[in-house]
Amino acid sequence: MSSSGEDRSKSEISFTVNGEQKTVLAFPMERLLDVLRLQLGLTGAKEGCGEGECGSCSLLMDGTLVNSCLVPALQAQGASIVTIEGLDASAGSQRLQEAFLECGGAQCGICTPGMILAASHLLNKNPRPTLEEIKEGLSGNLCRCTGYLQIFEAIATAAGRETAASS
Amino acid sequence: MNHERIVGTAVPRKEGREKVTGKAVYVDDMVLPGMLYGATVRSQIPRGRIKKITFETSVAWSEFVIVSAKDIPGKNCIALIGDDQPCLASDSINHPEEPVLLLAHPDRHALRKAVDAVSIEYNPLPAIFTMEESERGSEIVWGTDNVFKTYLIQKGNVDDVWSRADYIIEGEYSTGAQEQLYIENNGMVAAYDAKQGITVWGSLQCPYYVHKALMALCDLPAEKVRVVQMETGGAFGGKEDYPSMIAGHAALLAMKSGKPVKIVYDRAEDMAATTKRHPSRTRHRTALSRDGKILGGEIEFTIDGGAYATLSSVVLSRGAIHAGGPYYWPSVRIRAKAVATNAPPHGAFRGFGGPQSIFAMERHMDRIAQVVGLSPVEIRRRNFLQPGQTTTTEQVVRELIDLGKLLDRAISVSEYQTKKQEFAIENGTGATKKGIGIAAFLHGAGFTGSGERYLSSVVGVEGCADGGVRILVSSTEFGQGTKTVLCQIAAEALGLRYEDVTIAQPDTTEVPNSGPTVASRTVMVVGKLVESAARGIHQTLKLSGMLGDSYSAEEFRAACQAYVAGHGQLRSWAQYDPPPDVFWDDEKYRGEAYAAYSWAVYIAEVSVDLTTYSVSVNDFVALQEVGRVLHPVLAIGQIVGGVAQGIGFALFEKVIWQQGRMQNNQMTNYIMPTSSDLPPIRVFFEELGNVHGAFGAKGIGELPMDGPAPAIVNAIEDALGVRFDSIPLMPEDIYDAITARSLRGEDEVASVIR
Repeated sequence: MSSSGEDRSKSEISFTVNGEQKTVLAFPMERLLDVLRLQLGLTGAKEGCGEGECGSCSLLMDGTLVNSCLVPALQAQGASIVTIEGLDASAGSQRLQEAFLECGGAQCGICTPGMILAASHLLNKNPRPTLEEIKEGLSGNLCRCTGYLQIFEAIATAAGRETAASS
Repeated sequence: MNHERIVGTAVPRKEGREKVTGKAVYVDDMVLPGMLYGATVRSQIPRGRIKKITFETSVAWSEFVIVSAKDIPGKNCIALIGDDQPCLASDSINHPEEPVLLLAHPDRHALRKAVDAVSIEYNPLPAIFTMEESERGSEIVWGTDNVFKTYLIQKGNVDDVWSRADYIIEGEYSTGAQEQLYIENNGMVAAYDAKQGITVWGSLQCPYYVHKALMALCDLPAEKVRVVQMETGGAFGGKEDYPSMIAGHAALLAMKSGKPVKIVYDRAEDMAATTKRHPSRTRHRTALSRDGKILGGEIEFTIDGGAYATLSSVVLSRGAIHAGGPYYWPSVRIRAKAVATNAPPHGAFRGFGGPQSIFAMERHMDRIAQVVGLSPVEIRRRNFLQPGQTTTTEQVVRELIDLGKLLDRAISVSEYQTKKQEFAIENGTGATKKGIGIAAFLHGAGFTGSGERYLSSVVGVEGCADGGVRILVSSTEFGQGTKTVLCQIAAEALGLRYEDVTIAQPDTTEVPNSGPTVASRTVMVVGKLVESAARGIHQTLKLSGMLGDSYSAEEFRAACQAYVAGHGQLRSWAQYDPPPDVFWDDEKYRGEAYAAYSWAVYIAEVSVDLTTYSVSVNDFVALQEVGRVLHPVLAIGQIVGGVAQGIGFALFEKVIWQQGRMQNNQMTNYIMPTSSDLPPIRVFFEELGNVHGAFGAKGIGELPMDGPAPAIVNAIEDALGVRFDSIPLMPEDIYDAITARSLRGEDEVASVIR
């Protein structure tokens, strides 16, 4: 198990993360999640299941919501990536984060970064989603704590709408 | 008392901002210099003896740190209640996925290959996988009789009632294993230094459980073991006992390598190897009068504990005490038993035995209602416990609870009667059948019986140099809101602003043992101690002449700063003092089982699609009395989250076992509710207040897990007219039952004995 041999099979991969240009040396099939967490120290994306089921590793890649545990590093070549760490900038994102705080959308917090990215992605496409559209938009993100209703409420609140999801 | 300003309001979650910005640090986010990754080599058979371990030559083993049972400096056990569970199997294997060897390496990828390159040869022994096999005793896999624990609760003389009963109604009910499925997998980081000893940082509920286990395992004195809780991504009981195992493994690797070691499970390992809710079987035999009053009954409650004792005795205790539900039993005999099988040990999961025995009780009530010819509403109303009556352990109900009133309100807000009539008409035609079901239940807050007295929890509150106040507890935050609510309590008690109060990260070198964060005890028991310790700070400042009886937040801050400047430290401690009127007999299992109970009536509305046989929950009403609600948003979050897990328990979450091993140990084939699977969950509180808890609070966390499953299955029976007594209830079970009934061509006749 010689490490120099392994380095030769690694590739230089360049992409933009949260507006910054980055170049990393990684195995082409290494998970983007690991590259971000271990090489770039962006630990906001979490590993929940490692098979694209739970969505806690969600991030935005060229504006699309992806599960970074399923994305090979090479696929990120030239892409523009936004993680939870980069979401702070816009007013819309801050409104979303505030709404999660206010409505109880975050309990243990482990699904929260992915959930907020999924919500942000939804609101970018559809600024006034109905409850059904919110449910659909979050269908790839699992939360074990909240039973989702306070998350729906947070998204509806951020979108400036009331919802009858919970009393 | 002044009008409360902070308690009862929705202040922002203390650690909320870190969570919504992705800055909260969980164990897998931690990196220490020179850190290795650790992995576990596990048994692949359910029972046998290790014959030989072979390390395949394809791996450069000299690069690895390898730990076996021989490397354990202290006792090879995970010290908890007993010490039967080894940290690493050295000879005997008692369940699949039992840890045998530990490996560590700087490269995570190298580890997986190495784990696969260790092969273990066994001399297999016959194994048992069901409670029935365990009870038959053809193979003894634990102790002398496969029995971890039994309890006998007796009230009155139940043998007398059968002869004067108008009805005797029997039923048998069962519940399956359930995975906690916190989204953050279990994990620990350990570091060792000969002078300071061992430190572990991890995802955990009970810092002092881990502390105790590491002292025994590593043979270290208390001051050389330090346990720090990192932000914890969900627990639900699943991080009550098993973190001690992982901490032990990481510690052993760190001690042997001299380097920090991180062990974080992936989902498959977490699901296959760590604890789940105990499978259960409950048998009821109940005597009733003609007018539907319970005269007495026998309840036999049995749980499958898996291969080692771990927490089974206490899960059994809570399940047994809750088995009679919120009803008055003039006489009862409850026999409870936890038995061993060759599955990984089952453990704590929200409700802790309660959801199992309450499922049985509430299904049985509907069965009783049918036989007696009363409605599910009326049968409950006639048997509800009233203040002044006694529970099955002969605890006098002192709380002024009016369960009939809770029932009336739940029926009204759910439009139960209207829907019942509508469904009766609509169900005649069409391929979708609708139904509505009720569950009434109670949940005891705090440790059972003498538990709180033995725990004797200690809480500290500190006045800091900057004039702020800091709470010192080992009680942990894992989503429920521990940090927020305890800070609210201290702020309220001292008349400060919520922002003036902070809470220490649970670190055993910094915080006293306020007990484990389990059993819905944090707000009620620990909260009361926080209130009292906080008042102690004011008392000290007052006695030193620095503060009067009334003061502003600024005056408090100045006094606190001056005191710390002059005396170096300002700390106040409070220790649990059992109420004088609480009596519990551990031998007879009689007395005040819990200082307080929370009470609830839940109503579920379902539709069953007769094309797919799938069940949808369309509406859910959760009405409860949990004492004073200290934080409305967090309280609703607890209820909705618990109901969601209860819906999963009833309808989705099925562990597929083969030879004691979970086969569907993935999120793709063990299905928990998604955002699309849940109905509106409408939450209502009644607030009676409570003398034992801080500002009148009682326990809330576990309660909502108890009611959904029976309410849903009662609703399914209402929809289909077919009885189901076992959960999880999957579409194939419904298909089988309906097919079987149409083959028989008749409705099932209730088995009434008399």
